[in-house]
Amino acid sequence: MAFGEGAQLSQRAWFFQGMRGLFSLPAFILMMAFVGFTALAHESGLERGEAVFMTAIVWALPSQMVLVSAMQSSAGLLTTFIIVCLASVRLAPMVAALVPEIKTSRTRAVTLFFLSHFVAITAWVFTLQRIKAIPRECRTAYFAGLGLTLTSVNTLIVFFLYGIVSTLPPILAGTLYFLTPIYFLTSLWGSSSSRVIHLALGGGILLTPVFHLMLPDFDILAVGLVAGTGAYAIDLVLRRREVTGE
Amino acid sequence: MSEWLWPYVFILVAGALATDMWRWMGVLAGRRLDENSELFIWVKATATALVAGVIAKQIIYPSGVLAASAVVLRVGAAGVGFAVFLATGKRMILGILAALAVLSAGLYFSGF
Repeated sequence: MAFGEGAQLSQRAWFFQGMRGLFSLPAFILMMAFVGFTALAHESGLERGEAVFMTAIVWALPSQMVLVSAMQSSAGLLTTFIIVCLASVRLAPMVAALVPEIKTSRTRAVTLFFLSHFVAITAWVFTLQRIKAIPRECRTAYFAGLGLTLTSVNTLIVFFLYGIVSTLPPILAGTLYFLTPIYFLTSLWGSSSSRVIHLALGGGILLTPVFHLMLPDFDILAVGLVAGTGAYAIDLVLRRREVTGE
Repeated sequence: MSEWLWPYVFILVAGALATDMWRWMGVLAGRRLDENSELFIWVKATATALVAGVIAKQIIYPSGVLAASAVVLRVGAAGVGFAVFLATGKRMILGILAALAVLSAGLYFSGF
């Protein structure tokens, strides 16, 4: 079984490569964002254990922020469930877009369900940026190494810094908070050279204030559907033109 | 139910279930999705636009300290950062540093 052993060895190597994603700019920015989250959770009156537990099992920063503010205002279970759902719907198409890129015909469903927990914006963008350079049969191993490492290290950050970073100077706190959107913006744009992605990103940003005024509770959902479908339609028309050579 | 346990059940149901259930639906949909299909392009565009919505909300309608800063400053800082990113041949670090420099200078001069 020399072939099988070789494949296993390289899967282990790619898992390790995924782990090394911890020492990258995006991972550093994510850690800074979790330092910010630690301060926010402490300020909002959460216990250390609650913030740590939440980071490990929710693992999506925007959803965690919504959850923290709901807990702070003593919102009911059902209300909170619904608003967290609205903040998390985006994960469905994100996972659906990642799965065809990382699976092989032999990947088990249970592996994908397990790995899907580690999908959040940072790991998603990071993986999509590098996926083409990774042999297909090692992609799940790579993502597992990256996802498990990012989640556990950030959970540890929340644990160890709880109560320590409760009083960041305002300029530092504001700048840390701003790091996240500006990083997502540049990395998502840079992760792809495809027109449809740039259209979706630009359109989505421009349409957000419009839908925030029109449908404040469903703004992100509306932006996703309208800007995503619009970007797809424009790209489709342009592709057809390119084919017919007009 | 004991007092200390309730927040954890709350986080499990209203936090983890409300989040992971969408990830599981994504797996169900993604397993049937062909990488080269038109539907896959649409899913990817929609996922990107949803993330764009998250980005724009964090810039335009932030929570915490930044909520007290001027929207013009935040949008301006993001705009400068993105322009620097494009002008320097997509050097992410330069774009990010430019945005943060504009933002922190603006915060400083507006008395933060």
